[in-house]
Amino acid sequence: MNGAGEKPMIEVSDLKIAFGPHVIVKGANFTVAPRESFGIVGESGSGKSTVLRAMAGLNEVWDGAIRFDGVEAPRKRPAEFFRQVQMVFQDPFGSLHPRQTIDRILSEILLVHRIGDIDGRINRALADVALPQSVRFRYPHQLSGGQRQRVAIARALIAEPKILLLDEPTSALDVSVQAEVLNLLADLREQRGLTYVMVSHNLAVIAHLCNRLGVMQGGEMVEQLSVEDLRAGRIAHPHTRELRELSVSLEEV
Amino acid sequence: MLATFRNWALDEMPSSRRQAAWGRRYRTWLALRANPLAMIGLFIILTCVILSVLAPLLAPYDPAAQNLELRLARPSIDHLFGTDELGRDILSRILYGGRVTLGMVVTVVVLVAPLGLAVGCIAGYFGGWVDTLLMRVTDVFLAFPRLILALAFVAALRPGVESAILAIALTAWPPYARIARAETLTVRNADFIAACRLTGASPWRIVARHIAPMCIPSLTVRVTLDMSSIIITAASLGFLGMGAQPPSPEWGAMIATAKQYLLQQWWVAVAPCVAILLTSLAFNFLGDGLRDVLDPKHS
Amino acid sequence: MQVEIKNLRIAFENRGTRFEAVRGISLSLGREKLGIVGESGSGKSLTARALMKLLTKNAQVTADRLTLDDIDLLKASEKEMRAIRGKRVGFILQDPKYSLNPVKTIGKQIAEAWREHKGGSRKELRDATLDLLEQVKIRDPKKVFDSYPHEISGGMGQRAMIAMMLAPDPELLIADEPTSALDATVQADILRLIDDLVERRGMGLILISHDLPLVSHFCDRVAVMYMGQIMEEMAASDLLQAKHPYTQGLLNCMPSLLHPKARLPVLVRDEAWLKELRT
Repeated sequence: MNGAGEKPMIEVSDLKIAFGPHVIVKGANFTVAPRESFGIVGESGSGKSTVLRAMAGLNEVWDGAIRFDGVEAPRKRPAEFFRQVQMVFQDPFGSLHPRQTIDRILSEILLVHRIGDIDGRINRALADVALPQSVRFRYPHQLSGGQRQRVAIARALIAEPKILLLDEPTSALDVSVQAEVLNLLADLREQRGLTYVMVSHNLAVIAHLCNRLGVMQGGEMVEQLSVEDLRAGRIAHPHTRELRELSVSLEEV
Repeated sequence: MLATFRNWALDEMPSSRRQAAWGRRYRTWLALRANPLAMIGLFIILTCVILSVLAPLLAPYDPAAQNLELRLARPSIDHLFGTDELGRDILSRILYGGRVTLGMVVTVVVLVAPLGLAVGCIAGYFGGWVDTLLMRVTDVFLAFPRLILALAFVAALRPGVESAILAIALTAWPPYARIARAETLTVRNADFIAACRLTGASPWRIVARHIAPMCIPSLTVRVTLDMSSIIITAASLGFLGMGAQPPSPEWGAMIATAKQYLLQQWWVAVAPCVAILLTSLAFNFLGDGLRDVLDPKHS
Repeated sequence: MQVEIKNLRIAFENRGTRFEAVRGISLSLGREKLGIVGESGSGKSLTARALMKLLTKNAQVTADRLTLDDIDLLKASEKEMRAIRGKRVGFILQDPKYSLNPVKTIGKQIAEAWREHKGGSRKELRDATLDLLEQVKIRDPKKVFDSYPHEISGGMGQRAMIAMMLAPDPELLIADEPTSALDATVQADILRLIDDLVERRGMGLILISHDLPLVSHFCDRVAVMYMGQIMEEMAASDLLQAKHPYTQGLLNCMPSLLHPKARLPVLVRDEAWLKELRT
């Protein structure tokens, strides 16, 4: 896994997020070690996606501290931040610009940061996510859901970030496609030594892809545990127990 | 040759961005072609444009050449549309008049559409005080009645095509700003724009490269439909004497001078009326067809 | 109440190309719970809509037999269908946000459904509606009665939909992905509720979903669809002994809490599956 003495790659301290009078996140605290995969589970309204978006810099209204590789992240992220931290969104239909070719979509971050060898990088990115070259000049509506999500992953990884934030990356996919994408994500993490933070409502998916997880309920992270403890049922909080039981009951036919 | 282009454009696996873009344009064209009214409209517009451009070659007479002996002559072989009150050939005046009218319309659109697009996208994306400020400015211009504003310009400057264009342009841009803003608001919170923000792109880049292109289809439809009202407005201004000045053969001005002869020598007024009617109608047909084809619901 | 479908085919024609979305499926259903499972594009939703003649005009529907009891649904007129829809067959869709009228209160919509099929005075309607809301286990029926769809949660919206569908006491309930938009805890509650109501009223149920384990828990029989054809049909309790490679593939490729897999087996689709059944 990772050395116990290593400095955490991500540190979230006392994160509070409120939109006007509604407090969505009431104080989240967790750390993620380098090359670790951390899952955040919860039901809708628990605040899990809000936490992820604040970490990604998409949301500039939050209190507390978020540190990446020891450096505290300001509310408004500088452009270099996005070379280290990237995100994959839930909806493959909505996360690709409908009027741009895959080629254009993949080249955007390279153009913004003036990274060279665009052609080569695009070809390599497509190959890394097992997409054929023929999709390069197609439009998103000409691709299947699974292919779109692979493009989203390619886009996130093309500038070689160290950290990948995943917001329910497989919830909108068919079960068979989900398996392929999960395998791909696991492979990429191993090959590139990436750190993942993944949000999902599906406990089995989190257990498959993550080392540790945090459970959110009503804006608070009520428990943090390792995946082994989750599988074995060594659970402290009742909400976690409830979620685990639901997931397990569906497995036992 | 056409067949090769067709195959190249419709290739399921394009190998360059140009090919993909042309494929998309060609497919849009095929969808438009299936609409008979839109094709009629397009045909009429293209005919008008060609006739106007080639007016110097096609017009049988000089539009300003007077022939006082042949005033108000009926349509005949010599003068297909007859002559007006100063003996000028109406057909030639219609052809040259087309240049004035279409020229005014194109100038207005070229000035107005980019301005509206920019204002609307910026207001919609940045929100906050920028949005409020820009939208209030838009409201101010929206409140101006077009013809009264033209009168004011004429009084301040001088009567002529430039004043008319200015008056129309200043009152025509607000709706485009509103359309662009509405589209921007719809698109602003989409995941693909969030993904653009995650590249570290500046807000200006996002607005210009990612949001504005999404507003163009609805703007195109609106512009096309507006052309007909711009034509009529230009003609109205001409009719009131505030547009092109005599002897310039502007359609509206032609109707103004012909109205006193409406009962006896009706052909003098009818020709420019029909010209205005046909071009307006053509733009309406085309605009409707474009809306069916470019509407995001269909793509 | 008996539904018979034999060799149903649904095709769409678009600018010269003909695409067959459903390719000859046969099902029969009495007063029992049938689950139709499939991935996106398998044709499961189309099948249910074909039963209620709710497809678009450009859909070509053919079948050897498509009947509800003795009514031939293929030949039924729109008027006859209107008498069946709602009154004899209820339909629950995925997202209550889109199937509830946003400008009417919940109570008004349910009361309308009741009045449409059973009539009654205003007081009778109100009482019947409140009773229905209680039957679907809504805790504060009076409050929900006066609420608008956007004021209640997804789970409550779905319960309100169910209440609305049950108002005319139908014999058959078709639920198309009724819980896909809901959280896991609410999902279980809603399905248990549907299960309970269907049992108590002796209704038939067609439950359409992409979630194989979920469907097998709440149905008597399960039909697995792929590319417009039924790959396999079996009793829900026999799911783990599924014989068809597609069903087995679907079951195997899911991650599991209890049985960790280093790598998720990928479903390899075989062209032969479709040819086999075309005899």
